[in-house]
Amino acid sequence: MSKLYSGAEIVFKCMEDQNVDHIFGYPGGAVLPIYDELQNFKSIKHVLVRHEQGAGHAAEGYARSSGKPGVILVTSGPGATNVVTALTDAYMDSIPLVCISGQVPTHLIGTDAFQECDTTGITRPCTKHNWLVKDINDLASTIHKAFEVATTGRPGPVLVDIPKDIQFQKTRYNKPKKEKKLNGKSHNHFNQNSIDELIELMSKSSKPIFYTGGGVINSGPKASELLRELVYATGFPITSTLQGLGSFPGDDNQFLGMLGMHGTYEANNAMHDCDLMINIGARFDDRITGKIDEFSPKSKKVHIDIDPSSINKNVKVDLAIVGDVKTVLSSTLKSLKQKKSKFLKSNKQKTSKWWEKIQKWRSVRSLDYIGSEETIKPQYAIERLYELTKDKDSYITTEVGQHQMWAAQHYKFNKPNRWMTSGGLGTMGYGLPAAVGVQVAHPKKLVIDIAGEASVLMTIQEMSTAVQYNLPIKIFILNNQYMGMVRQWQELLHDKNYSESYTAALPDFVKLAEAYNCVGIRAKTPEELDDKIIQMLNTDRPVIFDCMVDKVENCFPMIPSGKPHNQMILGPKDQESKKITGKGKSLV
Amino acid sequence: MPNSKSAYSFSNKKEKFDTHIIVVWVDNEAGVLARVVGLFSGRGYNIESLAVAQVDEKLKISRITIVTTGTPQVVNQIKLQLRKLVPVHKVADFKREDKAVIFKEMALFKIVGPNNKLESALKACKKYNPVLLDKTKKSNVIQITALRREIDKMSKDLKKFGLVSVSRTGAVAMTRGADIFK
Repeated sequence: MSKLYSGAEIVFKCMEDQNVDHIFGYPGGAVLPIYDELQNFKSIKHVLVRHEQGAGHAAEGYARSSGKPGVILVTSGPGATNVVTALTDAYMDSIPLVCISGQVPTHLIGTDAFQECDTTGITRPCTKHNWLVKDINDLASTIHKAFEVATTGRPGPVLVDIPKDIQFQKTRYNKPKKEKKLNGKSHNHFNQNSIDELIELMSKSSKPIFYTGGGVINSGPKASELLRELVYATGFPITSTLQGLGSFPGDDNQFLGMLGMHGTYEANNAMHDCDLMINIGARFDDRITGKIDEFSPKSKKVHIDIDPSSINKNVKVDLAIVGDVKTVLSSTLKSLKQKKSKFLKSNKQKTSKWWEKIQKWRSVRSLDYIGSEETIKPQYAIERLYELTKDKDSYITTEVGQHQMWAAQHYKFNKPNRWMTSGGLGTMGYGLPAAVGVQVAHPKKLVIDIAGEASVLMTIQEMSTAVQYNLPIKIFILNNQYMGMVRQWQELLHDKNYSESYTAALPDFVKLAEAYNCVGIRAKTPEELDDKIIQMLNTDRPVIFDCMVDKVENCFPMIPSGKPHNQMILGPKDQESKKITGKGKSLV
Repeated sequence: MPNSKSAYSFSNKKEKFDTHIIVVWVDNEAGVLARVVGLFSGRGYNIESLAVAQVDEKLKISRITIVTTGTPQVVNQIKLQLRKLVPVHKVADFKREDKAVIFKEMALFKIVGPNNKLESALKACKKYNPVLLDKTKKSNVIQITALRREIDKMSKDLKKFGLVSVSRTGAVAMTRGADIFK
């Protein structure tokens, strides 16, 4: 007769078997039995956050930077509803999370009990799957399956809701079954013919481009290696979405920079004019395509994605390859080597005109801005931050807004899993808790949250978490006192009606840092910026860096709405000639 | 609203709406219907009819038949999303005009009135294999199985004979011939 374990113990037994070493959570009535057991499982460390949304984003940061699923533990009712934003964020950006939530005892479900809510009902549309465990004998298999669902195929969040009485009940514990198939759902649905077709298209193309996304990162570090190999073997230009940054070196000559609404001139024009677009692990998001009717009109399109529902969702493609990026890339490379071993040589001639054209677009230098000696330009701040940290293998998180786009444009990433940003959902307040999670996963590494003063205030309470666990995260705030992106849109598209986008009565961030018992640093002029950044980097404690930047700087280049890729607005110099007109004003 | 400025793009395309009969085989577990239906409601799609019941007691498989109308692109997206749901085993999509598939719906009609009207009502249903399930001096309950549009028509036609209540199952579907849908 094997030993009987309580539901609470089983939760941790499962986590042990799933190699979980950190969980992010917040206790409450309906999870107290689980918290009671915590001390008996020494290999699992709990990080106490200050708000359940923070637990969710921290778990996301942890997952993105480590490649392991992030684990969250919250109580019923408000605990569960507070984590919904983070679950939705993870769902949009395909981040593996396992959320364990407490629930009121089984016999009270449906009675409007204290701190009761329909957690599985509320989280159904923002998780890959969720479970309400009503039988102790199902608990272990459910949790193991939860980990499997979260981490296989296109990753995403899952939730397991455990009523309090189940946490007390006892049963035997079953180890996870190996290689259990999910209704026979395998993830590679391509055959050699598709790969041959891809290579055929590649060898015929004279204006090719790789367009890569977060799927490359999600497929693991090996996928990024294979991507580099393929890009070098073909000599093709490559651009990346916001989420894909880091899968290919940002300072490489073949890299055209990020594409999309605030992407570079060369990336967007190349997307528009190419004759072959190879989408690897990206999803033709509306921020990427711009006006869909005029999106890359002359190209053959190939889409490599693990999720069949991504194919032809927004853009019809000519060749779909459904599979894991890593597997597809390795098949492609293998075939390329066998069939066209001298691909690079034979294609150099063919794509030389294309590269000339790209160089011409590059010479526009679309990320340039007008510098200043008096005020810190936000782009300058990011550039300096990059220059002073590029040798450190640093991890960058961001909030959402102008600062996020400037970070994506001016910080160059050379490795995958170094860049954590909320792309799909666009969650302000993501970056600070995400940085907490990243630092937990990588205690010795430099972790910086490039933030805006408005975003960071949404989850500023997590500074307290950082201090409690000695997580020396650096919160680098580009403080312009405006919700910058809102202000920019109001300036460009709403006749400068700055409705509610200015934050009066901001806190003094240096004093705020001191109140949290961490370090506050303020930079006001370009002259002192480098010294202050170095001071921040030399501080082995959490830092809030208040970088006072130009209040009205706009983020360019920009694809105005209703416009295709080849009609961007560039920086201030270019604006006179291309005013946004009539219909084009219809932006989000 | 003074000149609308707040939408990333406007679609001028008016896409054609087609009727689809979508059949989904699922694990019979709590919440599965909500997951399936949520993919329709989340896109603002109405379900015209829905029939669901367990069809395999041992494997606990339920078969859900949904009739809906939508653009090809959205219906296709719903199908692909359905296939991703953990409890979903397979998904079939039929067009109403598909000759290789049988669609049937069952209806119960309650007729209240004098005897001659009750008889006329029964006679009117003759084409659809009527079964008299209940009979009193003043009332009949008639069961028919027919196509959706035929039941629509009968629901209208029987009014004059004293139809007071209609209950119908929603369409169920099955392929003709020896083959089964895989």
